[in-house]
Amino acid sequence: MIEGLPALYIFMLSAFTGYEVISRVPVILHTPLMSGSNFVHGIVLVGAMIVMGEAEGTLELSIGFVAVAMAAGNAVGGFVATIRMLEMFQTANKQQGAN
Amino acid sequence: MSLIIDTVYFITAAVFIIGLKQMSSPVTAHRGIVWAGVAMVVASLATFGAPQIALDIGSINLQLMLVAIIAGSAVAYVSAKRVAMTDMPQMIAMYNGMGGGAAAAIAAVELVKLSGGEAGGMGHGLTIQILAVLGAVIGAVSFSGSAVAFAKLQGLMKKTLRLPLHQVINIGLFIAVCVFGYLVATSSPVSFDHVIIFFVLAIILGVMLTLPIGGADMPVVISLFNALTGLAVAFEGFVLNNAAMIIAGTVVGSSGTLLTQLMAKAMNRPISNVLFSSFGSDSGAAAEEDIEGSMKEIQANDAAIMMAYGQKVIIVPGYGMAVAQAQHKLKEMGDLLEARGIDVKYAIHPVAGRMPGHMNVLLAEAGVDYDNILDLEEINPEFPTADVALVIGANDVVNPVARSNPDSPIYGMPILDADKAQNVIVIKRGKGSGFSGIENHLFYADNTQMLYGDGQKAVAELIAGIKQL
Repeated sequence: MIEGLPALYIFMLSAFTGYEVISRVPVILHTPLMSGSNFVHGIVLVGAMIVMGEAEGTLELSIGFVAVAMAAGNAVGGFVATIRMLEMFQTANKQQGAN
Repeated sequence: MSLIIDTVYFITAAVFIIGLKQMSSPVTAHRGIVWAGVAMVVASLATFGAPQIALDIGSINLQLMLVAIIAGSAVAYVSAKRVAMTDMPQMIAMYNGMGGGAAAAIAAVELVKLSGGEAGGMGHGLTIQILAVLGAVIGAVSFSGSAVAFAKLQGLMKKTLRLPLHQVINIGLFIAVCVFGYLVATSSPVSFDHVIIFFVLAIILGVMLTLPIGGADMPVVISLFNALTGLAVAFEGFVLNNAAMIIAGTVVGSSGTLLTQLMAKAMNRPISNVLFSSFGSDSGAAAEEDIEGSMKEIQANDAAIMMAYGQKVIIVPGYGMAVAQAQHKLKEMGDLLEARGIDVKYAIHPVAGRMPGHMNVLLAEAGVDYDNILDLEEINPEFPTADVALVIGANDVVNPVARSNPDSPIYGMPILDADKAQNVIVIKRGKGSGFSGIENHLFYADNTQMLYGDGQKAVAELIAGIKQL
């Protein structure tokens, strides 16, 4: 169980980590990075699945269904979009090498 | 089993952080996202073993869950594969909104459970209830706000919409959300009606906050909603006692906030300004008064000659280039000019386009060399030595009133000094002003000539012109 002060510590350290990880990113990668972090919060899928597993009754099942579908969309869409963007940079890299 | 799952979540959180770190360099970025993707798949698969999920194929919960996963994934996969690169910003807004909606929906299920007097996934407890409500508000605002951002960028909605007394309504809505949030968070058992009203109000708040925001501010807004979704996921992670959600959500929340700040700083507009005022609402008219000179038109052939016999050409792309899909033609033209020994550079304003780095992505798609793509600080000293600055589809980011007119809404925003080049050629569809609605004094300057037409066609004409020489 994560609660009380340890939870706050995790929150604080994660916040600083996020700040540090991003702080030296070149402008050229800002969009892929935003897309990538958009993918990372797709981890909400895990929570949606757990909630769906516990859902009882039509209302809870319906909301749970929406939660899981949207979370899966977040994760998959975020991943594919990021990969597509980054592949473009790779092509640019290869051409650069070829020249 | 639970120990295995917790270990998987632990590793997932670590891999996400490493993946994001790798994404901050062009060389390792691809590897980073693939690692994060693998971690996401493993974490999702491991979750099937969680005690809350009955692994019984006869269970309606499991059946619906699988259907939801397949349906959500399929829709997102197809849309992400098919969408044109230029439309990527609104797709990111949409996927982000889905994440926010999912976080809000998780809170909704838990709160509905509480209203039925059940313990649900969370124990009773004021802290947990408050966190669930906070995550719900943030997630719901991010959900509906992202939906509005998507509709605007997709062209489904008017660019800006302001109701009379918009600010007052927003403040009222915000207070109402706080009141009902407080009621839901502190009462036990929770009133079902309160939960419903609370969510409806939060969703309306997201819509109302985003409606008056203009296209020029969209990058900042999408980035902000991205950070908010991360935070909402983290809060729901506390509710569900899920370390992977807490860590990944918080990391996205803080990194997204930093990214939003960087963007807002580039526009010299505090985030509060972006959110609570719209471009050109009051002072736009004042800025139009003192324009000197007139717009001069140039033909593509003359423009081609001007560039082909120069030493140095700086290309300034903007959203118009993205709309016209002109990046490939632009690259072709750049190659032709380089073959003639001309120094060709691309100048990227931090907020050109609809997202930070939007222009970089498009130019990379066309195969433009990284080394020739320069940002604001690097390129500005070079403009006075350039024979031609070719502005294609950019407007506000080259508007000199940002330097000269304190009354202008964009006063103080760092701009690309395209007006300092010997000659300026502006490719533009028509004579209208940009997204902000502010007249651009650059277009009236003595050294500026206008090349009217669709971006792609105009560049094609330029290419034809250069080839004839």
